[in-house]
Amino acid sequence: MSAPLTKKERMKLDRIDMPERDAVERAGSFEEVNLGLTAKMAQLEAMRCLECKRPKCIDGCPVGIQIDEFIRLVAEGSVAEAAEVIQRDNLLPAICGRVCPQENQCEGTCVLAKKERPIAIGHLERYVADYVRTEGLHQVAEMPRPTGKAIAVIGSGPAGLACAGDLIQSGHAVTVFEALHEPGGVLVYGIPEFRLPKEIVQTEIAGLETLGVVFEMNAVVGRTHTLEELLAEFDAVFIGVGAGLPRFLGVPGENLIGVYSANEFLTRVNLMKAYLNDADTPVLDVTGKRIVVFGGGNTAMDAARTALRMGAADVRILYRRTEAEMPARREEVRHAREEGIAFDFLVSPTQLSGEDGLLRRVSLQRMELGEPDETGRRRPQPIEGATTEVEADLAVVAIGNGPNPLLLSTVPDLERTKWGTIAVDEATGRTSIPGVFAGGDIVTGGATVILAMGAGRRAAASVENWLDTGVWELPPSEEESVESA
Amino acid sequence: MYRIVQATDVGPGVRRFSVEAPHVARHYRAGQFVIVRVDPTGERIPLTVAAADTDTGLIALYVQGIGKTTRRLNMLESGDSLHDVAGPLGKPSEIEHYGTAVVVGGGVGTAIAYPVVKALVDAGNRVISIIGGRSRDFVILESELEATGAEVIVCTDDGSYGRPGFVTDTLADTLAGTPVDIVFAAGPVPMMKAVAAVTKPDGVRTIASLNPIMVDGTGMCGGCRVDVGGKTQFACVDGPEFDAHLVDFDLLARRNQAYHDFEQVRNAELEDPSCRVESSP
Repeated sequence: MSAPLTKKERMKLDRIDMPERDAVERAGSFEEVNLGLTAKMAQLEAMRCLECKRPKCIDGCPVGIQIDEFIRLVAEGSVAEAAEVIQRDNLLPAICGRVCPQENQCEGTCVLAKKERPIAIGHLERYVADYVRTEGLHQVAEMPRPTGKAIAVIGSGPAGLACAGDLIQSGHAVTVFEALHEPGGVLVYGIPEFRLPKEIVQTEIAGLETLGVVFEMNAVVGRTHTLEELLAEFDAVFIGVGAGLPRFLGVPGENLIGVYSANEFLTRVNLMKAYLNDADTPVLDVTGKRIVVFGGGNTAMDAARTALRMGAADVRILYRRTEAEMPARREEVRHAREEGIAFDFLVSPTQLSGEDGLLRRVSLQRMELGEPDETGRRRPQPIEGATTEVEADLAVVAIGNGPNPLLLSTVPDLERTKWGTIAVDEATGRTSIPGVFAGGDIVTGGATVILAMGAGRRAAASVENWLDTGVWELPPSEEESVESA
Repeated sequence: MYRIVQATDVGPGVRRFSVEAPHVARHYRAGQFVIVRVDPTGERIPLTVAAADTDTGLIALYVQGIGKTTRRLNMLESGDSLHDVAGPLGKPSEIEHYGTAVVVGGGVGTAIAYPVVKALVDAGNRVISIIGGRSRDFVILESELEATGAEVIVCTDDGSYGRPGFVTDTLADTLAGTPVDIVFAAGPVPMMKAVAAVTKPDGVRTIASLNPIMVDGTGMCGGCRVDVGGKTQFACVDGPEFDAHLVDFDLLARRNQAYHDFEQVRNAELEDPSCRVESSP
């Protein structure tokens, strides 16, 4: 490589586009859409980094990855070293590189974002993670001496995996309890193959197993085991069970055949593999049918694009606000559109109607945006008299999840927020019951993979502190750092 | 893996399995179910637990072979294993001292009724158990029910055993002769609907154990939703037992047929694997 580029030269380079499977081809395939950067592309993209003295990108990362450092290493061609840098803060980079909403995080705060061409940090993170995986360079950290402490992690989604990963590396015995028959939580039942290949999740989980994490499947805590039993058997318990109770529309006709929660539709297709011929789990046949999806988040995009891949003729996303308010990752919206998914904005369902118990039509109320609500987004309100109707054979409801009562109802003294989520000290994940920590969607309500992972890691650090000190109240020094954080 | 220690035929197409599932056995209470997967490509199906023994860690499941999964399950023998057993799920039956309780079990639903009968007897109730089947061969758990101390009345549709006629006929007669405080019903949807119709005029409190299609069984998918008094409920976490007078049984029956065509294809494949039909993608 020749002499390093000047800042001016770097500014002139174009952002490298992620190679993608052709839109027509991929609309009929569950294979991954994004194909990954080549070594050359990754290096060129990394060379665009301006190496800011005070890198803003790190501020945007919920887990504080040393982004400038790993990108410099990629530019130098030291990919394995770059992986080590990422690994310090993120145990699941192959997953986060694919599913993080980078435009709102690291890439959103990158100085080049002002010119709308931030460094493709997500793509580079993915590149580095895929490189070490495919080259078999996965670093097995040197195992620390066993501490003799045992920790139970409830739920094997992003929060639980991140928490388990940190704790096992500190020498604790970690058992993860998963209600379903396969570990991974939303990573396996929710996010589809074409966006996050299951093989990647399995590799990450196998890595944790190699480190000694024990996964217990079919373990529905609250039923198969009680929280009290876990507290008697383990030194600490982390609850990362996700939100996991789908919201429905609350309009007439929502129990017609043909109305699915996104969780059900995606679980049938992803976890239960209904898209493969040898699976015994059925999913309603959408071949040649008209599908509507309610919602504007990543789950709505996933459901719509899954329906398309299952053979639907016409798929439309119905969202009650406008495109600007959609919480979905920009890339998913673009991919969905390229694949032929239609978007209807400012509509809200008022009734689902059918024939012989099967969904046929959706009645919609047209909306307009009013004053901002508590989330800062302008609140949609109905335009009087403006109604419309669309034909639909299948409707998928992707409007979020509430807290699942299964575990919570068995632990009445675990303090809850007014939304029914678990109340915790945000910095430590400590709940109202000493020894019990919580993080992820069961605390925040539906959020992102990376936020759940971040919460899992913060809780892991807090578990350490609790095991060391036996003090449940936050020490004053920690409180100070919470305030300054 | 969950080992089957005993598998026995108890009726035409109905088998009883005794399965090692110590965690389920330890926490099980009457009215609860498990989600079972036969093999790694299998679907998740809910099965009611008929009995559980904390000491041996065994649970008893009664399976009627109807769809591919239940028929495959019924091909298993002692020594075979179930790939997954998750539970116990659902809320337990509300067992208290009601006075006189009638528990109606139809067909394989008798396996759901049995633990409820036992628990009600243990709670000091006078329990009348009305069980029925199409014919004599379909009547299950009669001696076990008698052993609980309940009064057992058997009926068969074709009159081949016990009282001729439907369980609802016997229920109506019982209600006419005895003050009854509560009725539990478990069985086919039309039977539970008929039971609710019999008890409604006099307002006898009636509980039905619903059997909708489920996937995860933990509240995550909402596939098992039922309409109870105009309110959508998830049978897996809010039930499976609900006030039978408020349940929309017609909706339940329709939703249970949602995958009828798929089941037929899979059943045909089970009989002749060479006729595998290629379905969508």
